[in-house]
Amino acid sequence: MSTPNNGERILTFAQAIKEALAEELRRDPTVFIIGEDVAEAGTAFKVLTGLVDEFGPERVIDSPISEAGITGLGVGAAMTGMRPVVDIMFGDFITLTMDQMVNQAAKIHYMSGGKFKVPMVLRTTMGATRRSAAQHSQSLHTWFSHVPGLKVAVPSTPYDAKGLLKAAIRDDNPVAFFEDKMMYQTKGHVPAEEYVIPLGVADIKREGSDISLVATSSMVYVALDAAVKLAEIGISAEVVDPRTTLPLDGQTIVESAKKTSRAIVIDEGYEQYGVTAEIASVIADGAFYYLDAPVKRMGAMNVPIPFSPALEDLTVPTAEQVVNVAKMLCGRA
Amino acid sequence: MTTKKTTAAGDYLKIDQEQWIHMYQQMCKIRTFEEHANQLYLSAKMPGLTHMYSGQEAIAVGVCEALRVDDYITSTHRGHGHCLAKGAEIEPMFAELLGKEAGYCRGKGGSMHIADQTKGNLGANAIVGGSAGIATGAAMSAKMRGTDQVAVCFFGEGALGQGLVYEAMNMAQLWSFPVIYVCENNMYNEYTHFSQTTAGALLDRAKAFGIHTAEVNGQDVREVYLAAQTLVERARQGGGPAFLLCHTYRFYGHHVGDINREYYRSKQEENEWKTQRDPLRILKDWLTEQNRADDSLFESIDKQVAAQVEAAVAQALTAPYPDASEVNQHVYAE
Ligand SMILES: Cc1ncc(C[n+]2csc(CCOP(=O)(O)OP(=O)(O)O)c2C)c(N)n1
Repeated sequence: MSTPNNGERILTFAQAIKEALAEELRRDPTVFIIGEDVAEAGTAFKVLTGLVDEFGPERVIDSPISEAGITGLGVGAAMTGMRPVVDIMFGDFITLTMDQMVNQAAKIHYMSGGKFKVPMVLRTTMGATRRSAAQHSQSLHTWFSHVPGLKVAVPSTPYDAKGLLKAAIRDDNPVAFFEDKMMYQTKGHVPAEEYVIPLGVADIKREGSDISLVATSSMVYVALDAAVKLAEIGISAEVVDPRTTLPLDGQTIVESAKKTSRAIVIDEGYEQYGVTAEIASVIADGAFYYLDAPVKRMGAMNVPIPFSPALEDLTVPTAEQVVNVAKMLCGRA
Repeated sequence: MTTKKTTAAGDYLKIDQEQWIHMYQQMCKIRTFEEHANQLYLSAKMPGLTHMYSGQEAIAVGVCEALRVDDYITSTHRGHGHCLAKGAEIEPMFAELLGKEAGYCRGKGGSMHIADQTKGNLGANAIVGGSAGIATGAAMSAKMRGTDQVAVCFFGEGALGQGLVYEAMNMAQLWSFPVIYVCENNMYNEYTHFSQTTAGALLDRAKAFGIHTAEVNGQDVREVYLAAQTLVERARQGGGPAFLLCHTYRFYGHHVGDINREYYRSKQEENEWKTQRDPLRILKDWLTEQNRADDSLFESIDKQVAAQVEAAVAQALTAPYPDASEVNQHVYAE
């Protein structure tokens, strides 16, 4: 934590996550964390370092390497009065939690006619370019975003991460929370006062009038970078961050597209059938008569993520690519 | 359902001298390979991280020495040792670690995904326990195709947390597949001691299915080899699956970036294993004691291996990356 001249309190993304967890663990005795190497090691990414010292191994629980098991335990504990935060180290491993999340957690409230609730959070990671190869680099948030009964957060800033995580923990529904592992050291303003950001409210990260760049998680920075470059050539880009893909704040996104009349949707999940497809269709539907160009979408290339740096970097959208597509949509290519 | 007792020392003498020397050579190759991989990481020449096999060499070498080229193995995130022991070449391995086109997987897989089809290595795996199905399926296939091939599934004790392992073991025993589950208990699941994550006794997991079990000192390649030989032959003759528990230790961090580790294990513990239970030293001392080899032989092997590894590293460093057009090739088989 550092305090620059303007007096803002600056935290890294990782510190913001830890602070949210610490505050909720302090506030509510039913909250606990379970996952592989979450206690002494403070996770593989060192995000939770020190939490076990304050809250003890009964509330920051090191588990066996049993993703399906700990998620299932989370569901059962959530149904019976606890508020578990299940830590799944790499987002790629959510495949192992699928039955518990999709067939159990997501459906229990509905199937029980509203009698049972599953107030749990599954925290996991996403994001490529860490040279971690095909089984440790994917952004699979789309999978959970497909399932009614789940909520999905994809924060981009330390401020959002903290506020959204606190909301997720207090929510009475299962929430999947995706953190880009490449952003853990990203810094930003996080006020000392307590705050919560409701799930399902988008945020305009930069205002503009010529084109809307709707971007999630780390792609927000790609969009912001592109917006700066576009400004240099006289194109004013608005950057909209949905912050959660489920629920999706379609209204804010559509309003932005209506205002600018052009839109690109950028997300690090695979492009095919991805979050970008859903958001693009929401825009096409809601802003059809206002659009001057087809809605474009940019996602991870539809390939298993290659290890070689020479190939991996080709699979993720870049600011340059966004600029090129934006220029094309604005008739400036 | 029996647990094999440790072999009598006399049995070792029945094995050809050449073969022991070969095993030393293989272990030396793995040790040297890993030291260079670590250096590549420390000097920022290798993308990403890698998991060193140093300390566990006797297991990969002892088991693979009991296999034929056409037998299968599946490996783990800590896979360089298994890969080399099954006969892989050093050059394409280093090229793979550096993401180069000359690599075993054209740079697409990297350290955690090296596969070597020509030697029956079905691949390393970055999902803990993820290969239990693959190894068991390969054994099923061998049986269905009427060959006498055997499959070996290498995994760390941490994989015993995964449900898939039990589903696979149940079917292997039920249908008598020629598969050997080799559990390398190096005592740590990443940064957590296995006793904090594992209930009961490890071998009981396999015994519950009626699977034949054996237990060895994984630092002693002689023990590993003889045990593996028995289990592999048993499986080849139609005797069904087996579970081999090997007690071992990784000499370094969970991965190359895991440098300050005293919060989860002591320097003293590491030193004890490194100085008193080094698999290379154990074999070397015994061969020397038996007057089967002397220092000059080991020195010449060490030197030869070092030269070979250094040349491979140099070659990999200057090798080209794959062409950008490769990125969307091999998504589907044509
Ligand atoms: C399904 C899954 N969960 C978690 C991980 C992260 N992870 C990588 S290695 C490892 C520890 C594995 O321990 P063990 O199986 O004993 O093998 P060792 O590293 O000791 O060789 C973990 C938890 C993973 N790769 N896959």
